[in-house]
Amino acid sequence: MSGTLSGKAAIVGIGATEFSKNSGRSELRLAVEAITTALEDAGIDREEVDGLSTFTMDNNPEIEVFRNIGGKSLKFFSRVHYGGGAACAPIMQAAMAVATGVAEVVVCYRAMNERSQYRFGSGYTPPPVPNAESAHYGYYVPFGLLSPASWVAMAAQRYMYESGATSEDFGRVSVACRRHAANNPNAWFYEQPITLEEHQQSRWIVEPLHLLDCCQESDGAQAIVVTSAERAKKLRQPPAIIRAAAQGAADDQQMMTSYYREDITRLSEMDLVAEQLYAQAGVKAADIRTATLYDHFTPYVLTQLEAFGFAPKGQAKEFVREGNLEIGGRLPVNTNGGQLGEAYIHGMNGIAEGVRQVRGTSVNQVPGDGPVLVTAGTGVPTSGLILGPA
Amino acid sequence: MTDDSLLAQAREWVGRAANQPATARDPVNVPMIRRWCEAMGETNAIYFDESAAQAAGHPGIVAPPAMLEVWTMAPYRPGGRTAEEGMAVLNLFDEAGYTGVVATNTRQEYDRYLVPGDVITSTPIVDDVSDEKRTALGIGHFVTLRYEFTDASDERVGRMTFRVLKFKPNLAQPKAEATEEGGENKFPHPRPAITHDNAFYWEGLSNRKLLFQSTDGRLRHPPGPMDPVSGSLEFDVVESSGRGTIHSFVVMHQPRLPGFEYPLPVVLVELEEGVRLVANVLDADPKEVEIGRKVEVDFVEVEPGYILPAFRLS
Repeated sequence: MSGTLSGKAAIVGIGATEFSKNSGRSELRLAVEAITTALEDAGIDREEVDGLSTFTMDNNPEIEVFRNIGGKSLKFFSRVHYGGGAACAPIMQAAMAVATGVAEVVVCYRAMNERSQYRFGSGYTPPPVPNAESAHYGYYVPFGLLSPASWVAMAAQRYMYESGATSEDFGRVSVACRRHAANNPNAWFYEQPITLEEHQQSRWIVEPLHLLDCCQESDGAQAIVVTSAERAKKLRQPPAIIRAAAQGAADDQQMMTSYYREDITRLSEMDLVAEQLYAQAGVKAADIRTATLYDHFTPYVLTQLEAFGFAPKGQAKEFVREGNLEIGGRLPVNTNGGQLGEAYIHGMNGIAEGVRQVRGTSVNQVPGDGPVLVTAGTGVPTSGLILGPA
Repeated sequence: MTDDSLLAQAREWVGRAANQPATARDPVNVPMIRRWCEAMGETNAIYFDESAAQAAGHPGIVAPPAMLEVWTMAPYRPGGRTAEEGMAVLNLFDEAGYTGVVATNTRQEYDRYLVPGDVITSTPIVDDVSDEKRTALGIGHFVTLRYEFTDASDERVGRMTFRVLKFKPNLAQPKAEATEEGGENKFPHPRPAITHDNAFYWEGLSNRKLLFQSTDGRLRHPPGPMDPVSGSLEFDVVESSGRGTIHSFVVMHQPRLPGFEYPLPVVLVELEEGVRLVANVLDADPKEVEIGRKVEVDFVEVEPGYILPAFRLS
């Protein structure tokens, strides 16, 4: 089946601030800086923006962003839930808006002082009034299981038990990302590769996760400009056509703690995304040239390799051990350094890297013109994209 | 019980006596009248001065009409009412979770003045049970009781309607205990958010019981309002055996919360009944915590009145 969304819209501009641990300025300012850069990259006037999309945990109201960039008529705005899991969903929203004529130029953004102001890794703080979301955390936080790393570690432990994957296999993901970041001047860990030994010696955060299994915490912003594939032909940059975009939640989905599904070692929500993406784009795993796989924590990169069919279930460890994630391997991943190496911009920076791979401008360019896969946060309701050249 | 059947059962009481008639322990008497007038600031002399009463056309001292209910009130007991003094119609609501009660309004009618020596009997009759009302206190039903007051010759001397709201209390959120110094505990143990959907679970824990929702024999956790298979909004609550197997675990090192000991094992246990539950492990070396180990539930009072499940290695 070829979905009607496929090929209708394109990413035509990308822009980011520097990635840091303390931006020293407001998140709103980060947002407008990144958006301005992305629009300049696209060659589109700020006044032409008529759609905005982001995801929850971003704190910048659409109208504040819009007022500040000098927008005139905002016809479409949406905010998708579940933080990093939604990372690719604003692009899907934008593509749908553009494909249906609801809006012409939609900017997706994510701007946050996550390191200097929030630190998700410091634990969950409940809101004052109880609701279904805060009730959910009541089954974990009173037992000290209160950080994203801890929620992922629970599934990772079982994954290791069932698949035979080791901490070193997780470490190989981190080593590949840091090797790629080392070539990327915009990465926080530019010129700072790590060895597997360093990974193994890094301190425990939550067993079985070492420090170097966990992504960074970062300040920064990333913006992505989406318009119609038709208009994209006339713009400054080679377009990255959105060949597929999908969201997924499935199999007794919970927010980071899908511990009650029969098999907690699979990402059923990503299985659903994979199935939709391949069907929409009309491609299969063998066609994918490179991927940005969401890497807030290394174990779920292995699970994603299985969800997308790069390795059979439980066998991603062999795929990783063969060096396939690195440049020159079967599927170089996170060629910007990922969130482990470049910055934690909630996956939005991974989309920008997917665009650079389509344009041929990545610092770790993978040869060829095959489709590029981008995924969003794992362990949560998620989303994904397949991008390709016109 | 569904709310509809609760209402039907409660309304079967309408027109019937809510309880046995209560006869006053003491006849109407001057000392009680005098005390009541002092307490209420009542200065009308006809209630305690024989000549003033006669001057006003009474044969002697009369009791203030507003004391109508005083004579037959149940004795004060520190432990609350006895079962005989309770009303079955109100108990129905208690059992259905409408545990809150508040008197909302009362109205009295008087047929004659009571005089010293009168022995009063009161009979409560259920007058009305309202539809469900959503009040600031919580969701509930107004129950109106009509009391008939009679004298020793069974003549009516007065009537009173008395309305109470039986309600499901809005969910009070657990608060951290104060410290011994009296200040607020700076580092309280993290508290759950209690909603209408999960209150039974946390109440069960406070009684050292591990309870799960069950519909048609299907157990589920965490709790939710609807059985995903049948779509039923009704569920039974079953108590877990507490026996299970470690399905997965982590050992927390960071971040560290005050009041926890690190490294901190946290286990995901698959219970015999098939549901899974996250909790801590008691008295175990983290090295002993392994997938497949048998465990049994225990309960830990992490703060006064705040009980969490925890597992022990079998």
